Amino acid sequence: MKNKFVFRNKVLLIFFLTLPFLLLGLNISSAQETGDVKALVDSSAPAPASPTDVAAKDAPNDNGHAIVVMWKPSADDGAGKKNVLSYEILRSDNPDTGFVVRGMVPAGTSQYLDRGARDKEDKNYFPGHTNFYYKIRAKSDVSFSESEVSAPAYAFGQWFHVGKTSIFLATVIFTVFVVLFINQAKKGKKLYVRPIAGIDAVDEGIGRATEMGRPILYILGLGSAGDLGTIASLTILNRVAKKTAEHQTPLLVPVADPIVLTVAQEAVKAGYYDAGRPDAYKEDSVFYITSMQFAYVSAVNGLMLRERTATNIYMGVFYAESLLLAETGNVAGSIQISGTDQVAQIPFFVAATDYTLIGEELYAASAYLGKEPLLLGMIKAQDWGKILIMISLVLGTLAATLHFDFFVNLFRIKL
Amino acid sequence: MRWQFPLLIVFLGGLFMAVQYFVPLEASERVYEYALDWIIIVGVFAMCLGLWSLFRVSLAKIQTKAPAWGYNFITLAGLFAMIILGLTSGIEEGKPFMDSFWYIYTPIQSAMFALLAFYVASAAYRAFRARTLIATILLVTATIIMLRLIPLGPLSGVNQTVASWILTVPNMAAKRAIAMGIGLGGIATALKVVLGIERTYMGKD
Amino acid sequence: MGFYERLMTLDRRVVYLAMALAVAIPLFIPFGVPIYVTREVKSVYDFVESLEEGDRLLLAIDYDPNAMAELHPMALTISRQCFAKGVKLFFVTLSQNAPGMCEQLVSKLSKEFNKKNGVDYVYFGYKPYPGLVILSMGQNFRISFPMDYYGTYVDSMPIMQGIRNYDDMKAVIAFEAGWVADSWIRDANGRYKIPVALGVTGVMAADYFPYVQSKQIFGLMGGLKGASEYETLAKQEERIASRGMKVQTITHIVVILFIIVGNIGFFMSKKKKI
Repeated sequence: MKNKFVFRNKVLLIFFLTLPFLLLGLNISSAQETGDVKALVDSSAPAPASPTDVAAKDAPNDNGHAIVVMWKPSADDGAGKKNVLSYEILRSDNPDTGFVVRGMVPAGTSQYLDRGARDKEDKNYFPGHTNFYYKIRAKSDVSFSESEVSAPAYAFGQWFHVGKTSIFLATVIFTVFVVLFINQAKKGKKLYVRPIAGIDAVDEGIGRATEMGRPILYILGLGSAGDLGTIASLTILNRVAKKTAEHQTPLLVPVADPIVLTVAQEAVKAGYYDAGRPDAYKEDSVFYITSMQFAYVSAVNGLMLRERTATNIYMGVFYAESLLLAETGNVAGSIQISGTDQVAQIPFFVAATDYTLIGEELYAASAYLGKEPLLLGMIKAQDWGKILIMISLVLGTLAATLHFDFFVNLFRIKL
Repeated sequence: MRWQFPLLIVFLGGLFMAVQYFVPLEASERVYEYALDWIIIVGVFAMCLGLWSLFRVSLAKIQTKAPAWGYNFITLAGLFAMIILGLTSGIEEGKPFMDSFWYIYTPIQSAMFALLAFYVASAAYRAFRARTLIATILLVTATIIMLRLIPLGPLSGVNQTVASWILTVPNMAAKRAIAMGIGLGGIATALKVVLGIERTYMGKD
Repeated sequence: MGFYERLMTLDRRVVYLAMALAVAIPLFIPFGVPIYVTREVKSVYDFVESLEEGDRLLLAIDYDPNAMAELHPMALTISRQCFAKGVKLFFVTLSQNAPGMCEQLVSKLSKEFNKKNGVDYVYFGYKPYPGLVILSMGQNFRISFPMDYYGTYVDSMPIMQGIRNYDDMKAVIAFEAGWVADSWIRDANGRYKIPVALGVTGVMAADYFPYVQSKQIFGLMGGLKGASEYETLAKQEERIASRGMKVQTITHIVVILFIIVGNIGFFMSKKKKI
């Protein structure tokens, strides 16, 4: 049984690691033929030499509405007569007539991305799957010369963005770690996670509020329901709501986003249900104030000072209001636990609150509070992900120092 | 089915958005933009829920004359005043709605922002004590960074060099490390929601 | 309570009063503070100084009235420098509270330098979803801004003839108070390769130093200090940020003194207990 499990996971790992290479093979570009040199002079003034080797091909990794045009610069660009000032890129859907200027680039350039809009109604619509012909015009201050017309090229969309391969691989590897550790956790393996003071303090804070008979204030921050910090905070809110229900401590959750309001109400309600006290849930304990930053802070500060909350928990996405909230909490005499993924606000929370969860500790907090094996498994996966990053950093530094570019280029991203 | 259907929507939606990031095709772009448009539409309807929540809670406090109910009265008065001004005179520059924004709301907002100056001082005074080695390092580093702004005569050059080094080397290293951790934590959190491991948003009966 | 214990536990109202005086008094006493110019600000100045008449620059005014004190002086100084050199400016704003403020800046400077709308500058106005707008401007400005802020079709403007997207600009200088700065770096510079410089609030500046090091942005002006550094380099008559720097200097001295006082109280009371 164990051998079957190990074998299956190995097969999965090999499959996920070879999948990107299969996808790369599907990405076929259309390389085109090049043109010969032919100078066209339209006046008696000396024209620059024509650009040569004009080639056009579909722009990679896009939605199919762009073509890359490349050419060899004119012999008079930086050498010879040195009279090339710019290049014009001309395009037509007919190799003989109808050429229009698509763009202009300064001398010294040998590539141009001809792109346009994807909507037919747009004036700048660039049709995909339509053959286009290009020629390059080298311009001096008085005359110009044109290259031969390129072979036809058409734009088409790609199924996979090759420039994001390293991101895809990293995501797949991390997902494999997650699956492996969740499986281990399901089998009952004990997973060690280091203690985090801020998370242990949540219980302490709830106990303090219960003893003092004062409410707990939970702030979800100013993020929307799509922000990961807010999602992590909602899962912590659920656990805090369960504990406050068990201890019969009042909970106040003022919210700054209407969608977050509805989700927060469900999270708190679920907490009360899990504690076996659905009758104790008050819908008005989770309420909307405003989405405007400082108006929200004013309202929450007033609430803190009037209600003299015993414990303030700030978990989520915060901006400049973080210090305003934390200092007012100090004036009110509350114990304060904070956590945010906004790096710029962490120093303010560290200075002004009693306990701070830094960055990813916010995401891990729900696992710590619930102690569910699946969630602890995900923390272990994150830890192994970090180990892999550290190894890559060391190897990458060595590779860059020794100019081993192959390894360094594995991590390049071209958006 | 009542619980499986939302989980299925979340799973398919999450999977699509993850795959969409790697697929540059036009069709993929269009569906992504369509999804973004729907987020805005849902947000607008959710705003109605938010306003109803604010109205109901404030009205209840006014009716029962709860402590500090005057603030709730001002909240509702401000809410209805702005709605009426916006609907009757429009929201262009020079109209009462925008004048209320520029001459009432903006100065109040700036005043709240200005409170930060005082709070920074009180937080720094309270927090920057050399209790432990780590606290001492925090204290010394913060002082060097603050001294950038103070003319120190011949020591200014040295202080600027040290402060620049702190900002561009250890500060950058720490921020990058935190950002990597946040990145991994973010993927884990998103996976928890997409795979249905985390279901707090669904509530309970 | 002993003297040193008192030093350690000063009433916060004493701190607030000292700060209030530290902010108010310097405003009435004329004195200057030397400004040390950093490499990151000088890069922006050198770039703008190297522009020639007729060059085109995109300025993004993406801040709320909250951040006006720190970012408006930078935007004003750079715009003045450009208008004085005959550089053509393209203004855009991606912050919902900024259009009116940007319009005031544009009107003021156009009168000062006798510049014509549609000829010497254009103000596109505001559109929501900053990320999408930044991406669309990489294709064509007209996708998000078929008309300017005043309702004039951009195609009818002489300044917009032959102008399509970032390729026609020398650089973008974005004045940011929020997350849109990341979008400029990732989308405008990462995808469309246009050089980007940022002016950000003081709190954000520390976050964006890594991007200077990795050359994803060619310059960074952070907060009131960054604005005053730029004003020192530009040597213009109006120096709003530099006037604010003396207040910032005094308040920083006050904060450092409070920290020292608190630590003296802490160490001496600890010594007494031993």
